[in-house]
Formats: sequence, C-alpha cells, structure tokens
Amino acid sequence: MIQEILIDLFGNEIVAFIISAALPLVFIVPFVIFAVWLERKVSAHMQDRLGPMRVGWHGVLQTVADFIKLVQKEDIIAADADKKMFILAPIMVFAGSYAAYAAFPFSSAYIGSGVDVGIFFVIAISSVVVAGLLMAGWASNNKYSLYGAMRSAAQIVSYEIPTALVILSIVMVTGTLSLAEMSELQAGGFWNWQIFGGAETGLVKILLIPFMIIAFIIFYISSLAEVNRTPFDMPEAESELVSGYHTEYSGMKFSIFFLAEYANMFAVSAIAAILFFGGYQSPFGYIGDLLGIDWLVPFEQLFWFAMKGLFFVFVQMWLRWTLPRVRVDQLMTICWKYLIPYAFVNLIIIGLITLI
Amino acid sequence: MSLKTEELTLNMGPQHPSTHGVLRLEVVLDGEVVVEVRPHLGYLHRCFEKHCEAMTYPQVIPYTDRMDYLASMYNNFGYVTAVEKLMEIEVPERVEYIRVIMGELQRIASHQVAVGTYGLDVGAFTPFLYLFRDRETILSLFEMTCGARLLYNYMWVGGLSHDLHPDFLRKTKEFLEYLKPNIDEINNLLTFNKIFIERTANVGVLPADVALNFGATGPNLRASGYKWDLRRDDPYSIYDRFDFDVIVGEGLVGTIGDCWDRYYVRVLEMKESIKIIEQAIEQIPEGDITTALPKRVKPPKGHIYHRVENPKGELGYFIISDGSVNPSRVKVRPPSFVSLSAINDMSKGHLVGDLVAILGSLDIVLGEIDR
Repeated sequence: MIQEILIDLFGNEIVAFIISAALPLVFIVPFVIFAVWLERKVSAHMQDRLGPMRVGWHGVLQTVADFIKLVQKEDIIAADADKKMFILAPIMVFAGSYAAYAAFPFSSAYIGSGVDVGIFFVIAISSVVVAGLLMAGWASNNKYSLYGAMRSAAQIVSYEIPTALVILSIVMVTGTLSLAEMSELQAGGFWNWQIFGGAETGLVKILLIPFMIIAFIIFYISSLAEVNRTPFDMPEAESELVSGYHTEYSGMKFSIFFLAEYANMFAVSAIAAILFFGGYQSPFGYIGDLLGIDWLVPFEQLFWFAMKGLFFVFVQMWLRWTLPRVRVDQLMTICWKYLIPYAFVNLIIIGLITLI
Repeated sequence: MSLKTEELTLNMGPQHPSTHGVLRLEVVLDGEVVVEVRPHLGYLHRCFEKHCEAMTYPQVIPYTDRMDYLASMYNNFGYVTAVEKLMEIEVPERVEYIRVIMGELQRIASHQVAVGTYGLDVGAFTPFLYLFRDRETILSLFEMTCGARLLYNYMWVGGLSHDLHPDFLRKTKEFLEYLKPNIDEINNLLTFNKIFIERTANVGVLPADVALNFGATGPNLRASGYKWDLRRDDPYSIYDRFDFDVIVGEGLVGTIGDCWDRYYVRVLEMKESIKIIEQAIEQIPEGDITTALPKRVKPPKGHIYHRVENPKGELGYFIISDGSVNPSRVKVRPPSFVSLSAINDMSKGHLVGDLVAILGSLDIVLGEIDR
C-alpha cells in the first residue's frame, strides 16, 4: 500500500522503492536509541540503582550523547588486522539484520518486500550475520576475537535448527510462508493468535494450545541464542573473552555492531510476535474501526507490532540481568540434546493434530 | 587423512576483566580445553617486605592495609597482634572486642566481594550489585569509626586509633538484621540457580589432600571438607569466647571441594560472622582503649611468627626484631598466593569458561600476592 502511495507521490518506481526500503531504518534507529536506554534503565532498576539520570528526563537522551561520543572517537584499525575484511564485517552484520526487516509486515499497509516466502527469507538472510561475525573475528587478528567468532558461528548455526523446526510447525498449521498472510490469519482478537491455536475451531484449537506454548518456549530460547543474549552470550562472554568478536573495534564500527545487535534483538522478537502473537493484529479490535476512521487502523497496527516486539525485547533484558551464563559445551548440549528432539516431537504432534 | 592441529597459547591478563587484578595467566589451550596454566606474578609488586625494614613498627601498619585491600582491617589485626605478642602487651578487653567486631565485619565485606565477583565471573551481573550495596553499609560503619572506607590504619599496636562512635553498635545491629534476609536472597538468586550449579558443580575439584599439600587455607581448604579454622583451632585475641560453627564443604550439589562448595562456604561464613558479631555486641564492656598503647614501639630482640584467620585464609606475619625501632625483617605468608599455586592442577582438562570460574572461586587479591 505504502509503495503505491509513494509511486503516486514521486511518479518514479525506483525512487519510491528506495524510500520504501529505507523506511525500516526510520524505525530501527529510534528503536535502538530507545532500547539501549531501556536496557540501562531496566538493568539499573533491577539492580537497585538509578541508571542514567543526567541527559534529558531520566536520561532519555543518554544514548544520543553516547552516540555522539562514539562518532567522535578515533577509528582504530589494528596494524596486523586484515583491513578490508575488518571494515566490511560490521557492514555485513548490520546488512544481515537489516535485510530481515524487509520481510516484516509492520502493519497491513506496510511491508518492505512482500515476498511470499517471507519467513524462509528471514531465516536465510539472518545467516549472513554469521559470516559477518566470522569475518570480524578473523580479521581482527586477535585470539579472543577469533574464539568469540568461532563460538558464535557454532552457536548460531546450531540454534537455527530448533528455530527452523518450530517455524515449520507454524507453517504446517497456517499453510503459508508469507509473514503478512500469517498475520492476517490471526486477525480478530487475541484468541485467534497462534499460541492459542490460531483461527482453528473446536477440538483442534484446544489440542493445539499446549503444543503451541511448547513451540513458543523452544523458539524463544533458541532466538535468545541466535542473537547472543544472556544466558547464551558466549561469543561476547565478557569475563572470558573480554568482548569476543568486537574486542578490537572502536568508534563508528563498534556502534554499528551495537546497532546490529539491538536490531537483531527486535528482529527475533518481531518474528516471535508474528508467529505466535498475531503480528500487527490488535488483541481487542481497533479504535479506527470503531470511529470509522480508516487511516487510523494501520497506525494502530504499527503500534501493536512495536509493542509486542518491545515486550519480548524487555523479556530478553530481564533474562540478561537475572541469569548467569552457560558454558560452551552446555550450550551445545541444550541445543542438540534437548531443544532439537523436543522440537521434532512437537512438530510431529502438531502435524498429527492438524490432520484431525 | 588427519588434520594438523596445534595448541594455542593465550595470554589472559594482565588487563583482563576476570583476573581480579593484574594477574597474567599464560594459558595453553587445545581448542577450548585448558592444557596448562602458568600464572605470572609481580605486576603489583611494591617491595612491601623490604620497605618495612626502613620503617618503624607503627609505620608498617598502613602498608599492611594495602596488601589484601578488601580485608584491610584483618591485615592490621594480624600485624598488630604479632607485634603485641613480641612485646608482650596485654590490650584492654574493650579493644579486643572492637577488634573482633571490626574483623568479622571485614570478613563479611570481603566475602561479599568474593561472592559478588564470582557471580560476575559466571555471567550473573545483578547479585554483584546487590552485594556491593550491602557492603557499602559496612564501609560506612568503618568510615564512621575511623574516617576511612578502604584503607583504615585503625588497629594500632596496643590499641586502636579511635574508640567506637556512640551510634556504632546500634547501627551495626540494625545492619545485621538487614543483612540476614539479603543472604537468603542471594541464595535464591544465584546459589541455587540451575545454570549457576551447572557451571560450578564438579568443576575445579580440589581434594582435601591436594589442598593440604599445596598449603591452601581458609575457605578454600574448608570447602574441600577439612575442618581447619584458626579462630577455633589456634584461637587468638578472644575468639575462644564465641560460639560459632566452622563451615566445611559438603558437596551438596557435586563433589566435595568443587567451585560451588568454595562459593557456598563463603556464603555460610557470612552467617557465622554475623553470629560472632552479635555475641560480641552483647558482651562488649565499657572502658578506656588507650591504656595499653606503648609510648614507643620497640620490641625486644627476638622473632615471632603469628597467624590469624584472614577472610582468605591463614595470614601469617614473621617478624624479626633486632631491638631497634625498625623491624629487621618482616615476612608475610599470604593466603591468596598459596591458593593461586593450585590453579594449574585444578583447571587442567577444563574449558576456558571453567578456568575463569576456578580462578574466581579461589578469591585471590593481587595486592596480597605481589605485596
């Protein structure tokens, strides 16, 4: 819809598409600025302290100040680093996480690229991040960075399996790979969300609920691992690897890694929201519909989408500041010995239920 | 076909977030598995022992503060009791009680840092700040008494620098009441957390006989199941008047002497220290603290070895006096130094992440190792 409006406005398809493609950036940058502030505030309040209080009201502008500081910093490239790869790595990591946003339906009116295989595209493109991390670790020519990169590659590749299995079970129920269609299917109130059995009725719906909850838990755990958040923050494990693959990065390049990390956090939260919690659908209905104002509905949908994403981002922060970190081998044990078998069994059961 | 592999040498430190100071560990790694650990010391060496020879006896006290800077009170305690023993000074009852109260408060503070930073080592950030919040109150109590928060120079040969503040005992009682539930909170938050147990149980096991051979003391030895506490086994000051338990590791979630045991012994010792302080507050007499202060600290010719149960273990002072105002030789037996020597044996075959957990569980302070 937005695309059509833009084409009308500029009369040129290429310009319209470029602007349309840049729209998620308008969302990501303020989101990251907000999320970094939120993370600091959440951690501070959990730890019985105040957190940033000086820059703006309760420190809301702290991230902006930090960003300005980071931009001013000297951009150091270590003498023995592989310069080209070193420079390319943060761009690649960010590109990977940004590209995933193309397939997200922010509301019924806006989707960056309405690919029919949306979820498949997201899984595929987010793997580019791994290549970026490996490049960063290898190019830094630092043993800590290398360890961080190796860990993160092993971790992300492993945890993609349970994630994919869970997504597969959702795809079986909905019969579509398109994220926009998945969101549409869950319209009409929270009882139609996938976690509550979706738009099915009767026995199938009731039978689906427990297995959908299991599927969601598996998905959420593996998504934590995919974005390297505690308790699975092995690649950055501060007390072991200093800060893993981005040890050698400073200034702007470091802040791009940072941006990508928070963008990723929202990306996996958004996928969780789309798959299980109705995507952009409101849990109750729309004020726009009630008042008969049509243009209000997409904005409300954007609001709900952001809220659901933010909620899961908050849960990620909550876990981060509560739990210790697991060990490398335990991380793999959790994935291969527990999550994958459970996800498989869950997949089969959900498949059987949908046959009823 | 076999791939050629080789071991990798990784320098951990001297600038590293989890070496607890400026320690350098030269780690030989096979993939993520530790093959050998070689600690390199000396980054914080300040020639303490040699320096003492140019100082008068009271001038040494501020230097003892700077050894184990997380337990300065107890370093003072050990040194002044050693010199008093050499000079055969009897200090007033009140002084003894104040020293015990201060020493045990310091033990709680030191264990709080140990437990908190251990959480940090395994990736739990929040308990660390909870414990530091509580430790702050102890530091404020010290500040109230002697004006300093970290390096006190509070205990003098034959007495103390200041008597207690009139509010001290009341505030200490309030603090202990406040602290008790917080220790249980830490247990809920960290000690019995499944991930924490997975990380620390059966990791870095130090059997009692190995611990004894290395000469490990304090919580590290007790965690191995060996009941040895100088406060009970070789009582100094007035420790024989108090009723408290010597905590030993029981292998509650793993093997006796693993990282979890070393951690948990410290948590429980905080509770025992609370018991001792409560009894001391009950019994403390009124009186003058200055009566035994010597005009001039000039011990007779001779030598002495005196040891106290520092929060980290057995802290011993060996002092040779040639009858002048300067000690002829001061030698310290630092508990952290001895504990650190066991790290290679403990961490062989474990992963890098475990090495961090093992190092943290030993609770070393580099100021004391290097002196």
